[in-house]
Parts: sequence; structure tokens; C-alpha cells
Amino acid sequence: MSNASPAAGRETGTQLVKRGLAEMLKGGVIMDVVDPEQARVAEDAGAVAVMALERVPSDIRRDGGVARMSDPEMIEAIKAAVTIPVMAKARIGHFVEAQILESLGVDYVDESEVLTPADETHHIDKWAFTVPFVCGATNLGEALRRISEGACMIRSKGEAGTGNIVEAVRHLRQILGDIRKIGQADPAEQFQWAKHLQAPLPLVQEIHDTGRLPVPMFCAGGIATPADAALVMQLGAESVFVGSGIFKSSDPSAMAKAVVEATLNFRDPSILAKVSRGLGKAMPGLEIGTLETKLADRGW
Amino acid sequence: MKIGLLALQGAIEPHARSLTRLGVATLEVRRAEHLDDVDALVLPGGESTTISMLLERQELFEPLAARLADGMPALGTCAGMVLLASEVLDGRSDQRSFGAIDLSVRRNGFGRQRDSFEADITVAGLRPDPDRTGGEPDHEPEPFHAVFIRAPLVERVGPDVEVLASVDGAPVLCRQGGVIVSSFHPELAADLRIHQLLLSAVERGASTRPPR
Repeated sequence: MSNASPAAGRETGTQLVKRGLAEMLKGGVIMDVVDPEQARVAEDAGAVAVMALERVPSDIRRDGGVARMSDPEMIEAIKAAVTIPVMAKARIGHFVEAQILESLGVDYVDESEVLTPADETHHIDKWAFTVPFVCGATNLGEALRRISEGACMIRSKGEAGTGNIVEAVRHLRQILGDIRKIGQADPAEQFQWAKHLQAPLPLVQEIHDTGRLPVPMFCAGGIATPADAALVMQLGAESVFVGSGIFKSSDPSAMAKAVVEATLNFRDPSILAKVSRGLGKAMPGLEIGTLETKLADRGW
Repeated sequence: MKIGLLALQGAIEPHARSLTRLGVATLEVRRAEHLDDVDALVLPGGESTTISMLLERQELFEPLAARLADGMPALGTCAGMVLLASEVLDGRSDQRSFGAIDLSVRRNGFGRQRDSFEADITVAGLRPDPDRTGGEPDHEPEPFHAVFIRAPLVERVGPDVEVLASVDGAPVLCRQGGVIVSSFHPELAADLRIHQLLLSAVERGASTRPPR
């Protein structure tokens, strides 16, 4: 290409560019995949992005052991298999895994509680990266701490690998309920909210003024059916992450398509009824009370 | 005047905010009947593969193709540019586009997310933004601050297409009749001048709304 009109002040890795990609993923479904074949099924079904990981959360839960970043070879193969954005998970606090993922050219890094944490005090300094980060949160304080560390997308955590939506609903209601309350808070109360949430005051003030999180707010953890996806969208999520729910169901391709259509038509019960028919078995679910490890408790 | 927003997936709200600031009514378009009430359509950024699939599943592709063939003005940004183009390179084999503007567009031709960038670009023939200049007519137009995200690259421009802006020699803002496409995201900037181009196209053209 010629350099006839070089663009002035060309900058990569800015907040606008990082948050901008999250804007483009709104109203969509991001699917966990462990190999190129699953990635193609996800893209064929209409996923807006795929999340590359070595095992889906329900297998991590079953097998135990330390869960780490995926093999770079697998990430490369998944990148080559699809045209949509590819995300990948790094352990909480493991900034070297994040550096490796950035060098591989993944489009988003998920600093994820689904993997075994590498640091029990510190999250990754996400401002230091060109690649944008998504982080999980169970409440508004956690979300704002992640944003102050540079996260450009928040997903409510739910409880990954359970096929049980109850924790996702709890976390979404926590986060969005507090946002609604801050909208009514006077200046003195906003100081109190910042203390209570252990979050920076300017972010609390921004939420008071705009009535929303400064970055897109997606939902993850326990979505197993089209109705689950529509439920969290009606509650106020802007997109959904589906982990084990697709590839642990009896007909992944049909389930994936149905979740995509449910996420678009989330307010239309007649369409939801139509797309929920004949999908076979959803993934087997787990009662939260019986879990040995709650992944959502990871992150500080 | 009412502007439709193709609301299948993607950055719909920022476009709605820009159009609302310009004082025009908007309508989210998800089904064919919504098209009957709009004078123009914005095709937003998002994932073009997903949007193209959902156009089929919502039975919206053919009705929208018909409105575009009748000359309905449209603004396509990023994925919207891909959808309006006559030829898509690096798309999925089953991906369809409307051919409303004679361009060959390579999906993500500017690269992956790590190559995404923002830059000031010069746009031919833009009127100065009255909000910024106090409406002085002979004020030099300010550059447009453009945000490119996994942006499509125009590789061929048809003879009837005007190129209104380029970056490093590649066209990034093009127009053919009432159809305007950008590889960047004007909806993520505070600047309303690209959306204004769409409104001007509606004001200039004869109504293309179907009779009731």
C-alpha cells in the first residue's frame, strides 16, 4: 500500500479500541471450545467469538488438578479454523500466560477463575497490555476493581461447569441492583458506596451519572439452555458466554444455534418456545450445595 | 424521518445515541415488517458472519435486499460495510452480502484486535461540525477521529463509487448514491458528521418507503 495519506496520530491498544471490540460482541454468544472442530461448530451456529481452553469447566471440575492456559499449538489451530474473534484464558495473576496469549495474537484474554489462580492477592495489571481483558465478577465492587486494573469487559461469574443458572442470576442481580441503587445516591452516599464496595470513587460517580458500568457487562457460568440465555439477557446482561452448556449437551450444533437465536429474541416467548424444541438433553447439572470447589470464590 | 437500526447483533446502541443527538427517530429492525416504517437503515458493527446468518434465520435478507434495490439509503459501518459490499473476501463460503455498493472488501483486512487502532482522518466534502465550529461556513473542516476494530479492507472500488477518505492509501469511507460505508466506527466517536451524511442522503432522495 502507498503512504499517500498516512493517518495522523495512529494509536493501537487504547481504551476506546479495547472497549470497542466488546461493543461489537454485544447481543451475541461466546462459546467455549477445546479444539478446531468445536470452534467450527460454534462459528457455524452463529457465535460472535470463541473462547479457547484446554478443558471445558465441567471437565476441570471433574478431573481436578491445576488448570492452566491452553497449549499455544491448539490456540493457533483454533485461530486458523475460524474467522471470528478468538479469546483465551489466563490464570488470575499469571501475567506471563497473558503475555504469551498476547504474542499469539488472541483477540481478548480472559483472566479467569475457571483456571487455578497463580496469585492469591494480585490480579494482572491489564493496563500494561495491547490485548484487551475480560474479567469475572460476583458483585459490583469486584467489577469496579477489575475495571480499575484495566479490564475492558466484565462478565458476571456464575458457577462455571455446573449447568446451574442460580449463581449467574445471583451475581447479575448483585451487580445490576447496586448500579440501580447508586443511580439514586446523593454525593455523600456515593462516598459511602465507594468505601463499601472497596472501589475507586470516580468509577462510582461515573455509574451514578450514566446508570451503567463503564464497560460492557456480559454473563457467564451455568447457562445450559436457550431459556437460561434469555433469562440473563432479560435481567440485563448484554451478551452471554456459554461454557460446558454447548459441548456437554447431546446435540451441540442444535443447542448452539438455539442459544444464538434465544439471545437475539430474548423477549419473545413464542420464538423461545420454538427454538427450545427437540434439542435433546441439556448438560447434566449440579446442585451448588454439593460442590467441593466454588470457582466464583476465586478473585479478590 | 425515521432511521432503522439493523438490531440482530453488535454495537446498536451507540448508533442510536448518535442519531438521537441529531434529533431523528430510530427503530430497531429485527423482522421484515419493521422495514416498512423506515426511510433508511444503519447496518452496525458486529460480527458479519453472525449477522448474515441471523438475517436468513429472521427471514430478513430478501426483504432488505428488495428495499436496498429500490434505493433506500443506508449506512454500513465495519461489519455493515462487509454486508453491503458486492464482494466479500475471506468470508465464510455461505456468507451473503447485499451488493448495494460496488466494492470488494476483505474481512479483518486491517488485521486482528492487536492491530486495531484509532487515528485522525481527512474526509472529503464534510461540512464543519456546527457543534464544534459555531457553524461558520468557511471554517476548515476538522479531521474525523476514526476508530478501526478488526476492520475490513477495501481492495477494489467500482467505477461509480466515490472514495471520501483513505488511510495509508486504502479507502475507508465510500459512497455510491445513498449508500455510505465506513471501515471504521463513527458511532464510537462524539462526531456526528458521518451520520449527517446519511440524513442528507434521505433528504435528497425520493421516498423509498413502500406504500401502505
